[in-house]
Amino acid sequence: MIPELHFPWLEFSILLPVIGAMACAILPSQQAAQRVAIVVSSLTLLFTGGEWYDFTGMDTWQAHDHWDIIQRILGHDYFVIDRLSAPLLPLSALLYLMTIVSTLRTKLGRFSFGMTLISEAIVLATLSCHSPWMIITLLSLACVPPWFELRRRGASTRIFTLHMGLSIALLVLGWSLIDDTAGPQSAELLPAALLTVAVLLRAGVVPVHCWMTDLFEHASFGTALLFVAPMTGAYAVMHLVLPFGPEWAMRSIAVLSLTTAVYAAGMATVQKDARRFFCYLFLSHASLVLSGLEIVDTIGLTGALCVWISVGISLGGFGLTLRSVEARVGRLSLDRYHGLYEHTPTLAGLFLLTGLASIGFPGTLGFVGMELLIEGAVGVFPFVGLAVLLAATLNGIAIMRAYFRIFTGRRFQTTAILRSRPSERFAVLVLTFLVLGGGLWPQPGVASRHHAAQELLDRRMNPQLVIEPDDTSPEMINEEAAPKAVPERKSKSGNDSAAPPD
Amino acid sequence: MLLLFAGIMVVVSPAALLAVLGLATLSRTPLSERSVSRYAQASSISGLIAALCILTYMLTMDIRNVPLDFGDWVSLNNVAAESAHAPPHVEMQPPGALESTDDAHTGQFHFLLKFVFDRLSIPFAIMSFVLCGVIGAFAFRYLHLEEGYHRFFLYYAIFQLGMIISSLAGSIETLFMGWELVGLSSALLVAFFHDRPAPVQNGLRVWSVYRVADAAFLIAALTLHHLSGSGDFETLMGKGDWPAGHATITENQALLVGSLLLFAAAGKSALVPFSGWLPRAMEGPTPSSAVFYGALSVHLGAFLLLRVSPVLELSPLLCGMVVALGLITMVFAAMAARVQADVKSALSYASLIQVSIIVVEIGLGLRYIPLIHIIGHACLRTLQLVRAPSLLKDYSNLENALGDHLPDSGSVWDRRMSPSMRARLYRFAWERGYLDSMLDDFIVRPFINFFKWSDRMEQRWTMFLAGTKGADVKLKKENEEA
Repeated sequence: MIPELHFPWLEFSILLPVIGAMACAILPSQQAAQRVAIVVSSLTLLFTGGEWYDFTGMDTWQAHDHWDIIQRILGHDYFVIDRLSAPLLPLSALLYLMTIVSTLRTKLGRFSFGMTLISEAIVLATLSCHSPWMIITLLSLACVPPWFELRRRGASTRIFTLHMGLSIALLVLGWSLIDDTAGPQSAELLPAALLTVAVLLRAGVVPVHCWMTDLFEHASFGTALLFVAPMTGAYAVMHLVLPFGPEWAMRSIAVLSLTTAVYAAGMATVQKDARRFFCYLFLSHASLVLSGLEIVDTIGLTGALCVWISVGISLGGFGLTLRSVEARVGRLSLDRYHGLYEHTPTLAGLFLLTGLASIGFPGTLGFVGMELLIEGAVGVFPFVGLAVLLAATLNGIAIMRAYFRIFTGRRFQTTAILRSRPSERFAVLVLTFLVLGGGLWPQPGVASRHHAAQELLDRRMNPQLVIEPDDTSPEMINEEAAPKAVPERKSKSGNDSAAPPD
Repeated sequence: MLLLFAGIMVVVSPAALLAVLGLATLSRTPLSERSVSRYAQASSISGLIAALCILTYMLTMDIRNVPLDFGDWVSLNNVAAESAHAPPHVEMQPPGALESTDDAHTGQFHFLLKFVFDRLSIPFAIMSFVLCGVIGAFAFRYLHLEEGYHRFFLYYAIFQLGMIISSLAGSIETLFMGWELVGLSSALLVAFFHDRPAPVQNGLRVWSVYRVADAAFLIAALTLHHLSGSGDFETLMGKGDWPAGHATITENQALLVGSLLLFAAAGKSALVPFSGWLPRAMEGPTPSSAVFYGALSVHLGAFLLLRVSPVLELSPLLCGMVVALGLITMVFAAMAARVQADVKSALSYASLIQVSIIVVEIGLGLRYIPLIHIIGHACLRTLQLVRAPSLLKDYSNLENALGDHLPDSGSVWDRRMSPSMRARLYRFAWERGYLDSMLDDFIVRPFINFFKWSDRMEQRWTMFLAGTKGADVKLKKENEEA
């Protein structure tokens, strides 16, 4: 039996944003909708935080809700969290809350709080879900709010539709073929290829990444950020390909994502538009995470999972800072200096801090994760380690270039007051606390990701521990019945040695 | 107990300054100039007194190595059993009692937070505190009513912390942390006068060089970690106290790791081919130029080579490379220094000459002489750079009194060389050996051109897929208007 949490945290945290979205739809003004959205997303963050805290105290690989309302209604318990997804839920909820809180009045007309809450519910449901068909359905549903926004703004939806439609079609086709053949433990060439291409499309890997730049250019910054920042593409890789994908599929994902990491980092250094710059920066980091997930080494995998969290927080904060600056001066071009430091010193500080955290600067959240990732990569494939380092170096240069272009270089003349608002300062304080707190006291976070990495490797090497597509009911999975395998990993000295028992 | 307290004070005093100034900036609490200066002075003085106490103890007890072990900052050592929430254990161990942290055969990860007080680190830390303290006091008046006064001291605090961490680092990862902090503060201080594009461009240049050098450092650190199983210098460099350690890696491994470290040191100390950033760094305010590029930061590369000297000793080829790089840089810097039109650039190249001589000394196997050379040179150059603005005034007064320029008799070389050769050499020196142009032409420009071309292709492809070129242009116009 899967252990139960002490409260239906998952179902409540998914249901709350849905109710909030309904309330936003009937409210007369956007200001009122924002207030409701702030309350709802705060409560959602509280619930997801409660879920993480509750789960941490259980010392188990996975857990499901207390009472299981969904299971009683539908007959299946779709929402199960594990060590991988437990911290991703509060992380995503935090990103939504920060985005909603930091939306300025000038942008209220262009940002739909109802749609944002709907997409929050979808993202949280995706990250709480293990059933492949349910994940595919939720990934499809997640495309709806951005698509509607693109339509509403009069932009072309063709690129987004083409890429996301193809990805969904391939996911459905691939998984149908797996269902029809020998089951997930022995994926054949065609279904594995279809699923691999599908998740690569979703993750925005080069050369099928144009939808991401297009989305950032034409949708509102908040919507685009919230669509990509929770990294549901990587989550799909973890659940739809990695557990039973053949070796070549994993290698292809690793090579392509590594190429994307370096290429996107290079592209970020030459961008003239701030949104495109952010898009490439994010793409590079997300690809680093994706390539790290393929490392069959506890240290490397731990690093990738740490970077996943740190990139979510740091680049989420970085994007929100950029969005706040844009809300004041309009679209930012990076081919000239703006000199905004004197007007927005707090935002400048956060921009630099979160940017440095994303590249793994010492003392920030990303440092240990990046170090572990490179250490693991160098241990397994030295070339991969060099590529990761190259991407991190280029990203560092791109971030400093953007900082200098936006905040320095001249004096920005204006009579308007551009200083940060209290809500923005709140967001700045929270993010600074997380970035520096996680950087100065990294052990709890890293240890939690190390547990997750060990369990993931266990499951990769013992496919019988993986949930079957149809056996989503918790009763079907008996952890105790499965033998506990200890993965072999290459030690730092280059010798093979067994990882310590968890 | 007193020793432990003193050891912690050395590390905590600059960290406390950074915390105070950082929190004040974050919470937008206005601190007066005098308060900021006092905090900076208190930090330097308390750290200096603590370091002097340890030095006195070491001299009195004839101890050469006092490690301050904060334990594992990050430990992936059977985390389930020992729980992640155990507080770090701080310990100051007597010499010889430190157990090896070699974990090569256990397959675990340890990020050791350890500081070492030895014959190399103590002089460097004391020198850092003294010079930072002097510059802090100087900057209090020099930057009075300057718009970026608080910003300067915030970067100064980052720099001081970085220098102390680098000086006292007992593991290569800890050294890397300090190294990065120094790099960040340097780049931001070069761009200190940030309402003009030139300082900002130079700051970005410095940052870019540092990032590349840091990447080499990180690869070297990880390679060493893999080879010896630990980042601890005691394991990496053998049991003997500096400079008597003997590294346990092979000659070829030493050559690989040493080359990477030499590359990193070249970036940090502005050795050829990275010398171009040094005069650019003079865009920053005089106090930062003095303490960073004239005295402390520029010697960090040499310090790194001294710290890993047991690795250098394993490979004669590597030592030859170190000497050759030092000599080339020395010749180049000597030529460039003679044609500089401003005093700060001339002093920066004069610094580089001394740094390259120090590097040559290290390559030749000397250990104490380079250390003494670093300390003497840093103190002299700080004085010269701090005096530079008033020195110009002195010269001006002198020339006014004489009613003409000061006489220039010319050197022996000037008299013996043909005019065409002199012109060629002058051009070479004026263009700073074409180093920046070469880096731009052969590395930066092809890189940028490739990615710009890719960007254009991508945008065309996106337009083709969208099939809405007109709408796109319209939207872009709207956005620009907004």
